[in-house]
Amino acid sequence: MERLLLIVCIAAFVSCKTEPKQSENISDEKKLPEKVITIPSYTYETLEPLLHKEDDKTYVINFWATWCKPCVEELPAFEKLNATYKNQNVEVILVSLDFQNQIEKRVIPFIQENNIQSEVVIMVDPDQNTWIPKISKKWSGAIPATLIYNKHKREFYEQSFTYELLQNELKKF
Amino acid sequence: MKKLNILLILTVFAVITAFAVKNSSEGYKIGDTATDFKLKNINDKMVSMADFKDAKGFIVIFTCNHCPFSVAYEDRIIALDKKFKEHGYPVIAINPNNPEVSKGDDFESMKVRAKEKGFTFPYLFDEGQKIYPQYGATRTPHVFLLNKEKGALKVAYIGAIDNNSQNESAVTAKYVEDAVNALLVGEKPKVNFTKAIGCTIKK
Repeated sequence: MERLLLIVCIAAFVSCKTEPKQSENISDEKKLPEKVITIPSYTYETLEPLLHKEDDKTYVINFWATWCKPCVEELPAFEKLNATYKNQNVEVILVSLDFQNQIEKRVIPFIQENNIQSEVVIMVDPDQNTWIPKISKKWSGAIPATLIYNKHKREFYEQSFTYELLQNELKKF
Repeated sequence: MKKLNILLILTVFAVITAFAVKNSSEGYKIGDTATDFKLKNINDKMVSMADFKDAKGFIVIFTCNHCPFSVAYEDRIIALDKKFKEHGYPVIAINPNNPEVSKGDDFESMKVRAKEKGFTFPYLFDEGQKIYPQYGATRTPHVFLLNKEKGALKVAYIGAIDNNSQNESAVTAKYVEDAVNALLVGEKPKVNFTKAIGCTIKK
């Protein structure tokens, strides 16, 4: 490890020598991951507008977490739905319920590794007993859970989805 | 007229069965009588609530090994048991998951986890998953506080342990503690139903 550090230092030093003008900025940039992902954190107050938009789109809101096996298993269905229908006024939003201290450690690596294209936000509001019933009276708090809505209709599902099931539900909107 | 009578009887029957089915699938509501169970504990002995002759009630918690919310609450579950066992309300933990679909929730792993954490309460395995649907547990952890009233175990509280799963120091409402404390002074819990995020019970 020390040897590696030494090599990196020497390499940095050598590159500094050859291109002195850009030295520090470049070595700083190199430390960052290739693609920088930030996930917006929400409380119920800030999430609520996302769940009540009155534009022409249909929103598919999936509540999930990286530790939730059935959630992870059904994510490809939501990704496929997003890819297939995003040009038809459909938007998929993945609301992660991972613990706040897991955002850097698990959620961001998960999104990168699985190349998740749908929008991901994280819900960090601890007062679950207050906000769960506001999202749906039908929701016991178990995940996966999904809300589909547009300005005319909204439906809540405490269940797992396959792509076919999800597509069938979306067609009712 | 006879036809009408038959129709009436059929309708009444249909309504009754519809309600009966509805109730059993939705599980217990506050005030319902909870059924006892006979499930295998981590020491390989069978445990029923009837074994606890002196108990005034039970803090029944559906929980498991793998779920991060269950893990986050382990220390708080031990604390609940230590605090209320001597007052007649011991904790009974039940793992409702099917270990074939929920890795780490098998009986042997339950024994390991209970030993690691030093569980002070029975940790039972809902073999065949017969009990959790009767209670209506949907997630882990999911608490059912039972109170003995005239020999029957009545459901007094259903829901979460407190209002902050991720950060114990930020808890502002201890739902289960408050509910047991109410029962201890002969009152009904003020808050008798709460919701929380948890892991789905794996079938």
